[in-house]
Amino acid sequence: MSDVSHLPKHPPVEDWVNDFDHTDPRWTEDPFPIWDELRTASPVVHTERFLGCYMPTTYEAVRAIANDTEHFSSRRIIVRDIRPEQTANAPPITSDPPAHKPAKQLLLPPFTPDAMKKLEPRVRAICNELIDEFIADDQCDAAARYTKHIPVRAIAHMLGIPEEDGDLFIRWIHEILELGIKDQAILVKAAEEMDVYFAGHIEHRKTHPSDDLISTMMNARTKDGKPLDDAHVSGSLRLLLIAGIDTTWSAIGASLWHLAKTPADRERLVREPALMPAAVEELLRAYSPVTMAREVMKETTISGCPVKPGNMVLLSFPAANRDPAMFPEADKVVLDRKENRHAAFGLGIHRCVGSNLARMEMTVALEEWLKRIPEFRLDPTGTVTWSEGTVRGPRQLPVLFGKTA
Amino acid sequence: MARLKIRVDQDKCQGHARCKSLAPELFELDEYGNAHEIGDGTVPAGLEDKAWLAQTNCPEIAIEVTEE
Repeated sequence: MSDVSHLPKHPPVEDWVNDFDHTDPRWTEDPFPIWDELRTASPVVHTERFLGCYMPTTYEAVRAIANDTEHFSSRRIIVRDIRPEQTANAPPITSDPPAHKPAKQLLLPPFTPDAMKKLEPRVRAICNELIDEFIADDQCDAAARYTKHIPVRAIAHMLGIPEEDGDLFIRWIHEILELGIKDQAILVKAAEEMDVYFAGHIEHRKTHPSDDLISTMMNARTKDGKPLDDAHVSGSLRLLLIAGIDTTWSAIGASLWHLAKTPADRERLVREPALMPAAVEELLRAYSPVTMAREVMKETTISGCPVKPGNMVLLSFPAANRDPAMFPEADKVVLDRKENRHAAFGLGIHRCVGSNLARMEMTVALEEWLKRIPEFRLDPTGTVTWSEGTVRGPRQLPVLFGKTA
Repeated sequence: MARLKIRVDQDKCQGHARCKSLAPELFELDEYGNAHEIGDGTVPAGLEDKAWLAQTNCPEIAIEVTEE
């Protein structure tokens, strides 16, 4: 074949330390031994792929970069094959100081733990509505039938948009976070469709105000008393929808996957429900779904390694959370782990604004599942598949329960 | 046992709210979800373990525990 444009741009990785690729199928399937290999080699590794990209491999190096907004920008938050000039802003996640703080403060009050308590009964009901649909079958794909739908319905409820539009949101997110890494046209189209969708909801509320999160954003005022422009509102809504869905879907799914294959932990959680808060933190640590990115703006040194502008940084909170220098028995799930400064929701000023929502959803989803399906296991005839790229979690999770458990 | 005092460094706290979850008797959250020690931060007798637990679980290392 003479047409090189059809050659795959991601040849299989042969040298992880000098040529890592977080979209390689082996990374998607089982990243943990790869991260161990990288961490043993260096606290910061580099690849020429993605137009040049570093990856901090230790907790310490991840923390240093997350806290260094002088040398590392958040204007691009996904490591991709290309770096187009036009990036759709989604404040505050794509903001740097000083614009970051005011944009973030607008979003924080609706996501406090107390605010989440008010949403909790609806989430508990959502979980039970979903379980009702498949419990009689004694088997299901827990990702497709359960974990996938909980965050999308919860965030739709908060935003004040129809829960039934969930499949649409899930498609956009797949196009932006997975397909968009390698195909700009798909990403742009999805982002435009989202903007049109939200523009309609914003327009409607101008004449029909409500008490949902879209209205809260529209009513927000900057320090000098001005309302946010529609593009800021739309960008933040896009962020909440994207960030609020497949992240938590992944965390709930990975937790159920762990419990399905680890009867001792499953039985212990059923027996000791008071263990749930610590268990949720530990499952978040062990199976952190979210990897972020930064762009190097100025030359600096991280953990003794030189870092140069023109490169992206794959900011792997999941890898940091497996660093044995920070977490004894880092590769083991210890449900009652006492010291757990995990970074699943990031570190520094970009701490996930929805962390309290995610924790509540995870807790409720696991509690309701364990109440009604205390015994379950992976279906040995089925296949568990994991999502690629920025957010890692099971997208197919066939389990057996009831008479088949 | 010596009396303990806690303090949340407001420059470091990012609102993970782990302390409030682990030791609600010792920490409160403001409208942005950032944590503050309750009162002057003096840890009532019997809650020392919770103070240390909160300190060792803060992802931002924002909690200081001092022995008076």
